[in-house]
Amino acid sequence: MAFLELEHLEKSFGATRVVKDFQLSVEKGEFVSFLGPSGCGKTTVLRMVAGFETPTSGGIRIDGQEVTGLRPNQRNIGMVFQAYALFPNLTVAQNVGFGLRIKGQSRSDIDRRVTEMLTLIGLPDLGDRYPFQLSGGQQQRVALARALAPRPRVLLLDEPLSALDAKIRVSLRDEIRSIQRELGITTIFVTHDQEEALSISDRIVVMHQGVADQVGTPFEIYNRPTTRFVAQFVGTLNLLDATVLNAATGQVSVGGTQVALNRALPGDGTSLSLALRPEVVSLGRHEGRNLILSGRIAEVHFLGSVIRVKVDVAGNMVSLDTFNRPDLPPPAVGSAAEISVSERDLLVLAE
Amino acid sequence: MMGRRFWSGLAVFGSFLYFFLPLLGMFMFSLRMKRGELSFEAYRVVLTDPQFQTTFLYSMILALITIVFGTLISVPTAYWVRLKLPKLRPVIEFITLLPLVIPPIVIVFGYIRLYNTSSVLPLTGSWLGTNLLVLFGYTVLSLPYMYRAVDTGLRAIDVATLTEAAQSLGAGWVTILAQVILPNVLVSVLSGAFLTFAIVIGEYVFAALLNLNTFGPYMFWMGGNRAYEPSALAVIAFAITWACMGLIQLVSRFSKFSQVKR
Amino acid sequence: MPAVSTTPSGARRRASALLTWAGVLPFLVFAVLFLILPTLNIVIGAFRSPDGHATFDNIIALFSPSILAAFWVSIKLSLITALLGCLAGFLLAAAVVLGGLPGWLRGTVLTFSGVASNFAGVPLAFAFISTLGRVGLVTVLARDWLGVNIYAIGFNLLTFAGLALTYLYFQIPLMVLIITPALDGLKREWREAASILGATGPQYWRMVALPVLWPSLLGTAALLFANSFGAVATAMALTGSNLTLVPIKLFAQIRGDVLNDPHLGYALAFGMIVLTGAANLIYIVLRMRAERWLK
Repeated sequence: MAFLELEHLEKSFGATRVVKDFQLSVEKGEFVSFLGPSGCGKTTVLRMVAGFETPTSGGIRIDGQEVTGLRPNQRNIGMVFQAYALFPNLTVAQNVGFGLRIKGQSRSDIDRRVTEMLTLIGLPDLGDRYPFQLSGGQQQRVALARALAPRPRVLLLDEPLSALDAKIRVSLRDEIRSIQRELGITTIFVTHDQEEALSISDRIVVMHQGVADQVGTPFEIYNRPTTRFVAQFVGTLNLLDATVLNAATGQVSVGGTQVALNRALPGDGTSLSLALRPEVVSLGRHEGRNLILSGRIAEVHFLGSVIRVKVDVAGNMVSLDTFNRPDLPPPAVGSAAEISVSERDLLVLAE
Repeated sequence: MMGRRFWSGLAVFGSFLYFFLPLLGMFMFSLRMKRGELSFEAYRVVLTDPQFQTTFLYSMILALITIVFGTLISVPTAYWVRLKLPKLRPVIEFITLLPLVIPPIVIVFGYIRLYNTSSVLPLTGSWLGTNLLVLFGYTVLSLPYMYRAVDTGLRAIDVATLTEAAQSLGAGWVTILAQVILPNVLVSVLSGAFLTFAIVIGEYVFAALLNLNTFGPYMFWMGGNRAYEPSALAVIAFAITWACMGLIQLVSRFSKFSQVKR
Repeated sequence: MPAVSTTPSGARRRASALLTWAGVLPFLVFAVLFLILPTLNIVIGAFRSPDGHATFDNIIALFSPSILAAFWVSIKLSLITALLGCLAGFLLAAAVVLGGLPGWLRGTVLTFSGVASNFAGVPLAFAFISTLGRVGLVTVLARDWLGVNIYAIGFNLLTFAGLALTYLYFQIPLMVLIITPALDGLKREWREAASILGATGPQYWRMVALPVLWPSLLGTAALLFANSFGAVATAMALTGSNLTLVPIKLFAQIRGDVLNDPHLGYALAFGMIVLTGAANLIYIVLRMRAERWLK
């Protein structure tokens, strides 16, 4: 049995069902991200695990113990909040030691653990400061130390990085991951930032309108999205309108060009969307990318090392990236262009 | 969860009883002037009393002049301190809070001692002087509310930028204050004004000790000499206070709308 | 050359500095003339004999039994109404802000508090007389319906207890007005963070919420103390001269109908300033100690 089990979780506020039949098993030491737009129910699931919300139905089990009916202070869970939530009247050391003080541990035990935690987060000298004297990044590290100090069974992170500057966000993200690996603590991380989720997680749960659309490793989620929502939410996506010519052989027509997809499709004559990531499209012909589509350059954005080009292919806007080359000026807007792509990389999305 | 709501409900209900019963009591009492029936007789007697009319009018005029004077002293000062002398802010703030610490009776005692007929500035010796003195006294009493309301209002607007913009368009100081700053803190000024009105209209100590026949001493005198009229007066005074607070709410709500529009 | 060019600009700078100060001059003159000088006059007068010599006689006269008794009653009244006002106001505000009651209640309570905290003085005394006086509404109802004569069992509105009960009518709402924003300032995450770290509700209040609220609580207590200590009209209209409070004694002194020694009046007023000042000083000191964690 998995370490953390969420079984058929449902949550309704009045008539609105914000979480619908949510199922998840998390292994011990695993780092799982809940990814989705705001209002998708990811925070509600997290708060049910923490015990701040009571599920309308369903159960939560940690390490074999049923915790659904327990109050938050009986669950032995650590949590880090978006807005730090450090106690302003306590010093950094007192904040980190708060959970241990509640547990009634001795002064010396608390001091030892606090020192250990402050060293772990790289702020060993700031124990006597008050929260207002720290930067946002430092406060969030202290919040992490505070959550970890009582050795919780599960660590919950509720958008812990979204209040921080972009640079700190990346460095703290890596730090959280390495601390998590070092301690081997089972972690749930809630975020609306797909890059964050992709870079940090063992597995990602993409949530949409209260439902877990897809659960998988970052590689699976990005490369083999199973729903249109997942494909669009995670990464940039180009959509091509296509019409099925022969469902049995997998023949479709994209702007007049026949394409063989070599997989089963819905009935003849239906229209569907083909999706492709910018990085699987090349400007001009390219080895191994046999499907050639012609169009017209619509937009060129020079971003430095990368040039993002948008090509109008039979009314579909296809975005692709090329590397900057000092000897080759970027293509002119309005000129004709060909793009090449491999049939394998075309995704057929369910609605 | 249920327990918390129960105790909260109980606290609110207990408070309701404590605060509502005196209001009900004074209202019921005010209706009992005619034997054996409930009537508004006490109100009729009070409202037609020429003494009531003159003292009430007197207090109202005093309140209005206090508001104008308080605005004239608070707005330019608060503006100037924010713009040019931010270092002075704690000092000014301390001064404006002093009237909450020094009892009013001490202040008026000081006035009587400092500005009596044998002093350099014998304000208490003349009708005009006494009225000026009570006006200044009321302004001092209203300072904590008026000045702080204006100061809070100014915090919400970018004083320096507004001033520079007005100056670049050729406005002088008076124009800036009257046409740029004042309209922007009008809601705060009005809040302070209604509060001032509520404080001044029934004020007793200043008026009594400076021998002025305002509404406060009139009510006090009625309390010692009549039975039912005081309750009617209390109801009227309560209604005035309520109206002032209601108006404060109204203007601040109005300001929220105007902010949304912007 | 440089010397020549700097002189006029230095003078101009000095002139503009003067002009800058001129902007606050009206306020400062007003405050000095009608707030600070009158108060100073009292303070200095307290240490002067009628013929203008420095003396401690007036202060010593304060320690006569009757004046000491007046101070003691005033202090007791102010302390009790400040503490009870703080407690009841805090409970009411907490019930409205955190109690999970319907949302409209909050606005109603706040608006009413604004009204009630300003409904002091003579009319408030009338309201209580017509409610808890000998023929007041509650007195009569208790007698007719419950068969309890509250005056027979020792209650009297015109005593210390009655006055305290009346003062609470403006003390509690003032507390509500001041403490509600402070309660709003308690972040939901603090409670949740404490809870997930194992703390119970009482532990959260003891270790986080009350320490955070402490400065506001202290400040309001000091303000309520001064508020009640300086109140004259309510007490005079309610009890007449039944109850000898310091402000009532001072009032009589100023009117000149009881004692006829103005310098004793100075001393009385000085004593009032010292006490309300001390309350605020204690507040400031405690607040500085409690607020090390604030900016």
